[in-house]
Amino acid sequence: MSVHNFETHSVPPSTGLSRRQMLALAAATVCQAPMRLAWAKAKQPWGKCVVVMLRGGMDGLAAVPALGDPAWSALREEATPDTPALQLDEHFSLHPSLAHLHEAHHRGELLTVHAVASAYRERSHFDAQNLIETGGLAPYALDTGWLGRALALGSGQALAVVSGLPLALRGSSRASTLTPSRTAQADDTFFERLQSMYASDPVLAARLQQGLQARNSMGMAMPADAVNLRSFETLCAQAAAALNAAADVAWLELDGWDTHGNQAARLARQFQLLDSGLARLRQDMAPRWRETTILVMTEFGRTAHYNGTNGTDHGTAGVAWVLGGSVRGGRVLTDWPGLAPADLLQGRDLRPTLDLRALWQPLLTRHLGLGQAELAQVLPGTLPPASDMWV
Amino acid sequence: MNMQTFTAAHRLGLAEPDLRAVDADPLGWVLAQLDTPDLLDSGGMLGSAQAMRQTRQVLQAARTQDADAAQARRQLRQASLSALTRRWTHQAQTRTPVYERYVMVWANHFTVAATKGTTQALVLPFELEAIRPHALGRFQDLLRAVVTHPAMLLYLDNAQSIGPHSRAGLRRSKGLNENLARELLELHTLGVGAGYTQADVSALAALLTGWTVARDGDGNTQFVAAMHEPGDKWVLGQRYAEGPQALDAVLAALVRHPATAQHVATRLVRDWVDPTAPAHLVQPVARAFQDTGGDLRATAHALITQALSGQALAPRARRPEELLLAWHRVSGVPVRDSGASVAALTAMGQPWGRTPSPAGWPFGNDDWLGPDALLKRAQWAHETGRRFGATVDARALAQAAWGQALHPGTARELNRAESPAQALALLLASPEFTWC
Repeated sequence: MSVHNFETHSVPPSTGLSRRQMLALAAATVCQAPMRLAWAKAKQPWGKCVVVMLRGGMDGLAAVPALGDPAWSALREEATPDTPALQLDEHFSLHPSLAHLHEAHHRGELLTVHAVASAYRERSHFDAQNLIETGGLAPYALDTGWLGRALALGSGQALAVVSGLPLALRGSSRASTLTPSRTAQADDTFFERLQSMYASDPVLAARLQQGLQARNSMGMAMPADAVNLRSFETLCAQAAAALNAAADVAWLELDGWDTHGNQAARLARQFQLLDSGLARLRQDMAPRWRETTILVMTEFGRTAHYNGTNGTDHGTAGVAWVLGGSVRGGRVLTDWPGLAPADLLQGRDLRPTLDLRALWQPLLTRHLGLGQAELAQVLPGTLPPASDMWV
Repeated sequence: MNMQTFTAAHRLGLAEPDLRAVDADPLGWVLAQLDTPDLLDSGGMLGSAQAMRQTRQVLQAARTQDADAAQARRQLRQASLSALTRRWTHQAQTRTPVYERYVMVWANHFTVAATKGTTQALVLPFELEAIRPHALGRFQDLLRAVVTHPAMLLYLDNAQSIGPHSRAGLRRSKGLNENLARELLELHTLGVGAGYTQADVSALAALLTGWTVARDGDGNTQFVAAMHEPGDKWVLGQRYAEGPQALDAVLAALVRHPATAQHVATRLVRDWVDPTAPAHLVQPVARAFQDTGGDLRATAHALITQALSGQALAPRARRPEELLLAWHRVSGVPVRDSGASVAALTAMGQPWGRTPSPAGWPFGNDDWLGPDALLKRAQWAHETGRRFGATVDARALAQAAWGQALHPGTARELNRAESPAQALALLLASPEFTWC
């Protein structure tokens, strides 16, 4: 097994260095849901939790430009597009395509997290994605996912709006997948015979059973206004429909973030896709918005500088977002490391100062009822302090 | 009928309509296919030169909001689908399906995807021009053909990578793109954790500058000295002087590196034979690769011999494309509406030519048999049953193609089916069709 360089993060924000600006404090104490009584009892899920996985390494500096950083314009001179960025505070703004997110920020529902990363310090998509899905200490150390393991401890159900079960949800039999399809449904008689035929094949029997259960309990009707069956917004609508039925956790994916070349136009479109998807989620979850939390994360950020082809290469720290009706938003959570050459990791990447797992813990605690002992089971290693995310 | 027959026909090949042909000598049946492979006649199929000319027109038309944009797109799509129909037809009818599987494995190892504007019609031309000529040849020749094919140079951005100190770089202050260098090391040869560093990636990227694609005409590969980073590059402890000859030298070094044999063998085993890549399969393959300096026929030989040596193999799910091909091979129904087939593959989780990453289609059974994917397969089976139930006898098919390996449950349900259409649908969704 290869050795990967990684650092575990403990986060106490440092003071005294003039460059560092603490714009919000990570809580020093862990945020805990009320203790459950009988440990033998299955954990009851609370509210609705959505994880949006952005595959490819989203450029955090394009998503949330640090316009207030003195080194900004030297680094990203073309990043002042014709449309102005949407201001979050005097240091940070949002990419102009993220209009709905901007409104959410003003409503106090959006928490923007910057200079956050997993413990992974190399730059391979596959390894990095593996780590943030498995929640292990090194890529490929575990072959189940953190969400899967968390679900296995309780009675929550998850739906992934993708074809194959994502790694993050492996480890639990309570996760199903769902993709919108143009084809008409086969009838129940056919499925009954299929189940009978699968009696001697435990894997197929179990998966078919799960699929049918998901189909029946979570609602298969396509949203009436589905224009592009595979658009991200439609997938978000599908996720919301499932959450409004029987699902407690939904997993969504949006690819296309690996912007090695000519990234400006591509990212503008990507951010628009993301923004309208998240807006759709909020709209469809409106009755339950106060109990809904959405985490948007990516496997790593990108280089601080552009490369030779007007794109960026794989980097380290980037941006995550948490939004929801009870999220203590309207702010940027970061221990900003700065963008001057000396501040960059290996002279090229935004330096991470917050561990992504600090965002996972409050989700697992609040929405899946995990206590400290269970968290230790689900997320190995020394955990950073959980971020203070709630109103 | 023994397990070897079944493995030979279904796991090493693409499914056989009649196992008796294989049963006499499964190992011989397989190995003979490497000796005299049935080659695809690509005459008339869309090649990369034509594909790139038409792609350029499509992209241009889209940029200028041309009225002909839709027309150009349609024509290109038609040409691509027609080529795909030819390829699938060949694979459905070929008497050397094992060779075809090997081709598919190499095409997956060196994935290019249609997910960029410039590569939208290049996936199959790439397979025809870079993979097929070398699939049973030397790994080094395959590697070179792949790395210098326009599809790969475009897909992994090398076509636009410029040495910062090259004449073009100094003029335009543009620079390196490391994508191809990284994937060349991580996916194609050494594999992650083999000990290469970021410095190696950057140096290799510098070495690869200059290899680009002509912007007009046939879009051929060219080495443009003005884009090439001057000076020596040090990759994995070896020095390479500037210039185009460095490519062959570095590829030779990568092929020789012991980690390459291991990495390539592991991927081969996982993709083709056993997703768990047990050592008893991987080691002989790695040894054969290393000892022969990357002779791909010898490598396949070693894998096949081990696979048919009688040791149990872990289950392997058929990917949607393999499912489709198995259906056509076993039934003899000709491949026709490729557009509909592509849509079906997409619904089942394998959008043709659009692999999610340069790592290619995933190897794990769980990646293909999620609960929803199973429902999608069942739906495809249901529709296919409706279309062909009247002309295809599912029970006879099952008997000929699986014989005694047919599960009692499958046989029972086929017999109890309420219509030929339902019987066929059940067969296509059966464990026999799902696993290989």
